[in-house]
Amino acid sequence: MSAQSIYWTPFELFGTPITFNVTTMITFTIAGLIVFLFTFLGARKMAMRPTGLQNFIEWVVDFCRGIIKANMDWKTGGRFIALAYTLLFVIFVSNMMGIPFEMATYETHSVIWKSPTSDPFLALTLAAFVVVLTHIYGIKLRGSKEYLMDYFRPKWFLFPFKIIEEFANTLTLGMRLFGNVFAKEVLMLLIVGLGASSLIWGGIMFAPTMVWQAFGIFIGSLQAYIFAMLAMVYMSHKVESH
Amino acid sequence: MEILSEGIEWGTIFYSLAAFTVLMLIIGKFALKPLMGIMEKRQNQVNDDLDNAEKSRVEAEKYLEQQREELKAARVQAQETLEQASKMSEQQSRQVLEQAKQEAERIKEAAVQDIEREKEQALESVRNQVASLSVAIATKVIEKELDEKEQEKLIDSYLKEVEAK
Repeated sequence: MSAQSIYWTPFELFGTPITFNVTTMITFTIAGLIVFLFTFLGARKMAMRPTGLQNFIEWVVDFCRGIIKANMDWKTGGRFIALAYTLLFVIFVSNMMGIPFEMATYETHSVIWKSPTSDPFLALTLAAFVVVLTHIYGIKLRGSKEYLMDYFRPKWFLFPFKIIEEFANTLTLGMRLFGNVFAKEVLMLLIVGLGASSLIWGGIMFAPTMVWQAFGIFIGSLQAYIFAMLAMVYMSHKVESH
Repeated sequence: MEILSEGIEWGTIFYSLAAFTVLMLIIGKFALKPLMGIMEKRQNQVNDDLDNAEKSRVEAEKYLEQQREELKAARVQAQETLEQASKMSEQQSRQVLEQAKQEAERIKEAAVQDIEREKEQALESVRNQVASLSVAIATKVIEKELDEKEQEKLIDSYLKEVEAK
């Protein structure tokens, strides 16, 4: 059972085909909508004495605040609360999406429902977005001179490594998320595929599927937390003087 | 699944970038900002409430201390009053006793004087009667033998005798 996303290449730009991964787009949009819905329902009433969903949303916000405060001064880091919150929540929801079920078309085995974070382009895009933001805010908050000087600290000859570090950060941040979720989905497909092959295998693979789903929930939560945490760590490296 | 089969998927990249950015901006502006505001407000309120509670507690303690001191003072005062009252009553009783004793003394003295006087009077009257009686007897006995002068002398001697008794 090989899985293939649905691709759409409507046009070319400067000779490069602009390809859209429709599966990723749909699932990521749905993840975004879920986050949007929860956040707005939770933040709608704005009660001094929070109830229900507002409690949950406030807990998530507080959690993000904890992540930021662990890395930098709240006066500097307060502006990144939206970034941390959205990263944490969207990645968490995305990771969870592939756990209860996956959908694929019968004929072509084109996947139409999966964790959008198992797409390397999406994961790397988020990582690159975060790293680019750290550079932007590094220049904005500390000035370009301080920002550039940071590449030669603590010793000048570390400059090439500092450059490598920036790319390595981006790559590891994105690939870690992608790799975990992708591996989770691949193994899930294998287990479920084996279970679906016959009635006996279905009985045998029932328990491993459950175990793997539980582990998938664990991995998904952990990766969402790690992504948000590392985003704030990289951010603090750029916006705080050492 | 061939991951990089079609080269770099620029479409996916742009789409996810745009979707994430829009989501982040909307959430940040319309949900998190007011939510953070209300959370901060609540935090401030809780802080204020805690401060106020602390203040009230200190005040209450102060009042309690004050009350305790007042109570102590009142107790001391009551004790003093009680002592004074008992002292006064003792003094009064002593005074009354003294007065009663004096009164009794006085009454006794008066009685003694009365008795003395009565005795004197009785003696006087007896003396007079004895005098007249003895004169009458003597007159009767020695009417003819004695003249006036001798008679007087005899009476006096009798009187002296009586007085000596």
